[in-house]
Amino acid sequence: MISEKAVVENKEHLAEGIYGAWLKTSAAREAHPGQFVMLNTKSEAHLLGRPISICDIDRDKERLRLVWRVAGYGTDEFSRLEEGDRIELLGPLGNGFDIDSLSGAENIAVMGGGIGAPPLLGLVRQLHGTGLKNIDVYLGYRSASAGLFLADEFKELAAVHIATDDGTAGTHGTVLDALDSSGKAPDIIYACGPMPMLKGVKQYAEENLIPAYISLEERMACGVGACLGCVVKTRFKDAHSRVENARICTEGPVFAAKDVDI
Amino acid sequence: MNTAVEICGINFKNPVMNASGTFGSGMEYCGLVDLNRLGAVVTKGVAKVPWEGNPTPRVAETASGMLNAIGLQNPGIDVFIERDLEFLKNYDTNVIVNVCGHSVGEYVEVVQRLAECDNVSMLEINVSCPNVHEGGIAFGTDPGALEEITKAVKKAAKQPVIMKLSPNVTSIAEMAKAAEAAGADALSLINTITGMKIDIYKRRFLLANRTGGLSGPAIRPVAVRMVYEAAHAVKIPVIGMGGIASAEDAIEFMMAGASAVAVGMMNFHNPGIMTEIIDGIERFMQEQGIDDLAEITGIL
Ligand SMILES: Cc1cc2nc3c(=O)[nH]c(=O)nc-3n(C[C@H](O)[C@H](O)[C@H](O)COP(=O)(O)OP(=O)(O)OC[C@H]3O[C@@H](n4cnc5c(N)ncnc54)[C@H](O)[C@@H]3O)c2cc1C
Ligand SMILES: Cc1cc2nc3c(=O)[nH]c(=O)nc-3n(C[C@H](O)[C@H](O)[C@H](O)COP(=O)(O)O)c2cc1C
Ligand code: FES
Repeated sequence: MISEKAVVENKEHLAEGIYGAWLKTSAAREAHPGQFVMLNTKSEAHLLGRPISICDIDRDKERLRLVWRVAGYGTDEFSRLEEGDRIELLGPLGNGFDIDSLSGAENIAVMGGGIGAPPLLGLVRQLHGTGLKNIDVYLGYRSASAGLFLADEFKELAAVHIATDDGTAGTHGTVLDALDSSGKAPDIIYACGPMPMLKGVKQYAEENLIPAYISLEERMACGVGACLGCVVKTRFKDAHSRVENARICTEGPVFAAKDVDI
Repeated sequence: MNTAVEICGINFKNPVMNASGTFGSGMEYCGLVDLNRLGAVVTKGVAKVPWEGNPTPRVAETASGMLNAIGLQNPGIDVFIERDLEFLKNYDTNVIVNVCGHSVGEYVEVVQRLAECDNVSMLEINVSCPNVHEGGIAFGTDPGALEEITKAVKKAAKQPVIMKLSPNVTSIAEMAKAAEAAGADALSLINTITGMKIDIYKRRFLLANRTGGLSGPAIRPVAVRMVYEAAHAVKIPVIGMGGIASAEDAIEFMMAGASAVAVGMMNFHNPGIMTEIIDGIERFMQEQGIDDLAEITGIL
């Protein structure tokens, strides 16, 4: 984990309100898919770091790709970053996706709803790199007209199934509807997206008796496990906190769906 | 030039420490910050048994600050002694243990357990906890309750006792005097100021607990004023905190009467901030020809 000024290497405008950038930072050396960073704004009125997931990792060039949706003050400021700008970064934070539990899995479903898709790109690249071929990626978007960001990049690595809220591309509905219409029966799921979708994934996994790993969000202050701001209710006493609460920034953000109460 | 300060006979290599609850027990930040450089590590509030804390959201950003309603989640004194205090034995710094409880008896039990621990330099008693026997009113907002708890803790304590005052009172001088009269060895202030934030589009409170404690640079002028008033009301040393973000801020608190300072929320913004403040204090002393910080402590 390091705290330093990262340098913006290139900026992308990927879709309506969706931006990306590659940041040059030594945090890339130890980063894994599913981990995140905290980015500071330049404003003295907005002092908490903004948690943003690591979308892709380039270890050789020591850079991290981040993709974000403009949701408020900080993400709007980031959308106006330019190449060569410096930005205060803390990371990599949290635990990435557990891919050790994959052994024996034949049909892997990776599900990203909206701005939940970016952290899954690095995961799919890693899975693809290990020679796994049966990867189906389900991506949910608002509308084709707003832009199906990252979908083409996922297509280079896996079979992609699209769902849109308005039916303008792929299945009309959510990623779970897209899974349904694909006729596939996954034996493991990795998911990131809005809470209603994650609840649906957890329920699907429980009904089908398969493991699911979900990436959670919560308001954060420190990002490193010190403030206890970002907890999620757990089904067991957490080893660190000794209560039924785990820190999303430290024990997560990725959890086995069966272990958390969401 | 000497950055060291002495509080209750304990030597601090410099006057800078973290504020309780913003630095875990140092463990979470030890990869980013050299704990050996700090005047002290102040641990997160610990109670007799594990506390669950409040529902989420527990934190919210506000203009130049934040609200928190963590609800004093903690693993309980047993795990704290075994794990956190054991961890801190690896470092050459003072350890100040922050204590919380729901009743006088609970505070006293924790303080008794800590009496056996030889790497605890001082105790800091967080009186901003709801007193379950008195309708949930915080111990720290009533002078009588503050005196009662101070006396009980002092009787059980082996280490010097810092009473951490709440700013949510009409007269901080009155509270400071009550703590001193009851035997407190030192005071620390300010704890967070009770606040609230509403999401007007969702028509909801930002915090699940509705109210939370405000901290960060937004509260600094209030904190400086209260440190000044408290320090002038008592003879015991005062540790100042509330929005400290630079060496200049730290020196401002010292001139107002603080013998040492604590950095809270700003650790989240910049984990290197305490070491930067220590370096900045040294630079200030050099520039201003100050040999000992006692020369500027409480000069106003
Ligand atoms: C582990 C994690 C990974 C994330 N990854 C991404 C990502 O890859 N891409 C992306 O676009 N977004 C991601 N988010 C959400 C992102 O953190 C928020 O959209 C962002 O913090 C909003 O900041 P703002 O200043 O634009 O909004 P404001 O409303 O001005 O923010 C005010 C405060 O609320 C916090 N906040 C607001 N929304 C959220 C939220 N949804 N989750 C957590 N904190 C929030 C901010 O951090 C800030 O402290 C992630 C969140 C978490 C917890
Ligand atoms: C997330 C958080 C947790 C805190 N937990 C405690 C605590 O356990 N005990 C305590 O006495 N004060 C606690 N505080 C108060 C701080 O120690 C400090 O008094 C206050 O935040 C003002 O300092 P600051 O403005 O530099 O943050 C907490 C503050 C924050 C922001
Ligand atoms: S954000 Fe502070 S513990 Fe997770």
